[in-house]
Amino acid sequence: MEFTLCLAQINTCLGVLQPNLEKHLALAEEARRFGAELLIFPELSLTGYVLQDLASTVACRPVAEDAFFGPLLKASRNLDLVVGFVEEDVRSRFFISAAYLSRGQVLHVHRKVYLPTYGLFDEGRFFAWGDGVRAFDTRFGRVGMLICEDFWHASLPYLLWLDGADLLIFTSASPGRGVSAAPELASARWVDSICRSYAGLFTTFVAHSNRVGFEDGLHFWGGAGVYDPDGEMIAKGPYDEEVLTLVELDLDQLHRTRTRLPLLRDERTALVQRELARILQGGSND
Amino acid sequence: MIDLTICSDLVERVLTGFLASEIRRQGFQRALVGLSGGIDSALSCILAARALGPSNVLAVRMPYRTSSPDSLEDAQQVIEITGVQSVTIPITEVVEPLFERFPEMSAMRRGNIMARARMVVLYDQSAAFDGLVVGTGNKTEILLGYTTLYGDSACALNPLGDLYKTQVRQLARDLGAPQSVLQKPPSADLWAGQTDEAELGFTYAEVDELLYLLVDQRYTPEQCVQAGFAEDFVQRVVRRIQRNQFKRVLPPIAKLSNRTVGYDFLYLRDWGT
Repeated sequence: MEFTLCLAQINTCLGVLQPNLEKHLALAEEARRFGAELLIFPELSLTGYVLQDLASTVACRPVAEDAFFGPLLKASRNLDLVVGFVEEDVRSRFFISAAYLSRGQVLHVHRKVYLPTYGLFDEGRFFAWGDGVRAFDTRFGRVGMLICEDFWHASLPYLLWLDGADLLIFTSASPGRGVSAAPELASARWVDSICRSYAGLFTTFVAHSNRVGFEDGLHFWGGAGVYDPDGEMIAKGPYDEEVLTLVELDLDQLHRTRTRLPLLRDERTALVQRELARILQGGSND
Repeated sequence: MIDLTICSDLVERVLTGFLASEIRRQGFQRALVGLSGGIDSALSCILAARALGPSNVLAVRMPYRTSSPDSLEDAQQVIEITGVQSVTIPITEVVEPLFERFPEMSAMRRGNIMARARMVVLYDQSAAFDGLVVGTGNKTEILLGYTTLYGDSACALNPLGDLYKTQVRQLARDLGAPQSVLQKPPSADLWAGQTDEAELGFTYAEVDELLYLLVDQRYTPEQCVQAGFAEDFVQRVVRRIQRNQFKRVLPPIAKLSNRTVGYDFLYLRDWGT
């Protein structure tokens, strides 16, 4: 089975949802015309990234009655969408979330688990952390979604892999950092290398969507990428440009790669569970 | 080995993108640079011209009576190379009355007055030209506090503030700054014969490597000494960094209410754009 995936590396207005929504809808239409069946927007694509005290004022609920999700759900009748937003739960906790929309329904919402609160990041000050990670079924097979810092922790992609995800969708609003003589940012190189590693180690597809533009002095570098189960990059968006990157995913590659390299078959999950339980209980090494 | 080499193509792309984005988001199309004839302002001018188009950039030359004629000429070369608009507004008549009122004034006081007079001229031109002031302060001088508060450090945005002087030199060279600008010793040109390195007591090449270890690599001063830097040099630089923190932050506001600007009223400048 083949399908066309599209990564939307976009710039956003900071804290103003309407122009961001309009951009989502226009690009959904454009991507559909190009034949895309799944369009992936970056982290916090509806709101912008460094929200600080704006966090509570831009929050949505991913339901059809919401003024912003209503039009997005309607657009998802034509192609599946992944959008990034601030989610407010019924008890007014605010999460950095990603929603997978398909055929007018919300198939899944992932709440960012790991909120970087160090260096230039201050997410833990403004947001609640998600407390779960689940793969879910889509018309393209089983999928897992993670948001930026989530996939800097190997445990979450690993759990999604064991939960059946054959496509890992990663979304980011990654501020670029680290200049040297190399032609790319250190942070861009790092993200590329871990995405490639997950694809290869888990013999799975990885699609990473990152935003572009600036917020004050922070620079978001784009460079969206898609990696196949052999760990090969099969699509790469340019740096710093607002573009759609389309790629055909041949899901039969899973069959071919896993025949050659049965890492999933051989994964010793009971051993992992046993040893992890021991480690967490502070048990001895023998 | 400490290597401060940068990929000029990458850094140029980021910095011109930054200038274009952050000037236009504030509702402006144009920018101004106070062009001294030195390497920092030459680089800011080149970047602004590339980001916005040369006709949208105004280079402002603000000589004082004793400023080196070479400075004016070097600035002229930058204006010609970039094709930006330019204006020359001497500050002599602005600052002399204060100098005459206080004849005992130290060179530092006179230098600060000149730097602040240039800020006044530049911000007035900013209103006349309908553009934003692009800064010229590099990471070395920001960390060392080798700058006049509300003077040459005043700007709307700063493309050079995360580049050490050594990296400014490399980028200016790679982007085609004039040879005379690249080769002359760095100087604030506040009095005849002044050079940065004589005044600071060390070279930029030396201090940039030390700052890189202290700041970027988070070495302790002791680890810098172990890495081969002289102890008194390390101590002097560490003290300078600490003593000049006040130049790097907004003035503290005494907190009284539940919500106070600077502490718990937190928004980027790009708020709503």
